Amino acid sequence: MTTTTEILLLMLGASGILIMLTIFGDLVRARRPAGAPNPVLETYTTRVQSWWAMVILMTLALLTGMFGVSMLFGFVSFAALREFLTLTAKSKADHRSLVLAFFVVLPLQYLFVGMGWIGLFTVFIPVYAFLLLPIVSALRGDTSRFLVRVAETQWGLMVSVFCLSHVPALMVLELPGDGARRVLVIAFLVIVVQLGDLLDFFFGRRIGKRKIAAGISPKTWEGMAAGVLSATAIGGFLYWLTPFGVLGAMGMAAVASTTGMFGSIVLAAIKKDRGVRDWSHLIPGQGGFVDQLDSVIFAAPVFFHLARLIWT
Amino acid sequence: MTWMTRNLRTFAAPIVGHGIRLFARFTTAVRADWKGIEPVVKQRVYYSNHTSNADMPMIWSVLPGAIRRQTRPVAAADYWLKTPLRAFAGRDVFRAVLIDRRRDVERDDPMALILAALDEGSSLIIFPEGNRNMTEDPLLPFRSGLYNIAKARPDVDLVPTWIANLNTVMPKGEIIPLPLICTVTFGQPVHLKDDEPMGDFLTRAADALVAQRPEVRK
Repeated sequence: MTTTTEILLLMLGASGILIMLTIFGDLVRARRPAGAPNPVLETYTTRVQSWWAMVILMTLALLTGMFGVSMLFGFVSFAALREFLTLTAKSKADHRSLVLAFFVVLPLQYLFVGMGWIGLFTVFIPVYAFLLLPIVSALRGDTSRFLVRVAETQWGLMVSVFCLSHVPALMVLELPGDGARRVLVIAFLVIVVQLGDLLDFFFGRRIGKRKIAAGISPKTWEGMAAGVLSATAIGGFLYWLTPFGVLGAMGMAAVASTTGMFGSIVLAAIKKDRGVRDWSHLIPGQGGFVDQLDSVIFAAPVFFHLARLIWT
Repeated sequence: MTWMTRNLRTFAAPIVGHGIRLFARFTTAVRADWKGIEPVVKQRVYYSNHTSNADMPMIWSVLPGAIRRQTRPVAAADYWLKTPLRAFAGRDVFRAVLIDRRRDVERDDPMALILAALDEGSSLIIFPEGNRNMTEDPLLPFRSGLYNIAKARPDVDLVPTWIANLNTVMPKGEIIPLPLICTVTFGQPVHLKDDEPMGDFLTRAADALVAQRPEVRK
């Protein structure tokens, strides 16, 4: 089976699940009295809709390989950084360093990923951008809340650009097996993390009792356990996408899903602090790009480095 | 030749308009928040805070097509007629009501131009502060223009329209805009009350505008 066939099979499988989820939502809606809006059902429906868009975009990106995946995540990083830096502290003195963040640091990070320069893209933002951008800001002379401003900008870059770029970076790893199949590891990561989230949401509503971080996020221990277990099982079913073997795939899925769920709580805490409900309005009904990808953001670097440590 | 230029301008204006709107959407993902009114075609005067030269194109970009085609910004002639390119944008793309700000020369009465545009049925975008606000205060004191419009055409809805974030996107003196998310919030219309003095009305209108500012804790 060629990689293209496998990607198309995945797309078919995902479409099958989405068709079922769409029909399920419509059935639940039909059984409810008309004119009584149900927020849980509406959230569910919009989630499924944005999933359709994600599946189509991901499939197209995976089919075009490194270039497509890098371009897709480059644009997603741009949208995520825009959402993040809209809410952070900044002053006129930061204009140049923020311009550098958007138009120099972000494209360079994805260029380094695309070129496969692991030694550079794993340190470029945590070291070079970390040191350079505060210099540019300091030279403009405004010291009011200086540390807050540079720290929040750095957090924006780490979350939106550095972490997210580790998704396309998975293709750079010299994992065992056919090089062309490495693109499938990306599909594996995104599928297990996002399905784990969906099932956490589903079970949390049904059996969730004890809040993990009351006042920040509706996530419950019960929902999260069910979500991580489901992600682990799904990872086992999808082991053939990876060179990890069945047990390895299950372990990687469990780690990625757990990290992702805690990451989503961290990003929810930032939203709470800034007094906003969503990062933006750009994905209809769903919020922003950071809302949709919060768990992938946290899972990707951990997944990348574990895979690198164990399988290369 | 004039005939050809005129046709070329008529042809190019909507294309440039689309370009401006696409650019605004791509860089700032600008969003309209219709808090106090519905986005319907109705004669209105949108009055807005003014921090950047991009304010007017930004409001213009978020208006839905039918409303946009009916809406004309009120803008300074000295700025919009400075170069042929700006004159094309001001006259043909935005169809601005151009006001001569010089006080020492003989000029068309600004109020007469504004009222004529209203009487044609156009909605207007105006910046009652008169100048760009470079201070830390949310608004500069309003000039009398808004009061004069409210007095002369009391039936027209005056809609407070707050543009958030644009001064961070492009502070004065910078060349490259930052792609941050901007929102344009439309509040509930204000009208002049019977016998309301100018000062009271302008304060009330300014308060109604500041009330539209989205709250983000920093």
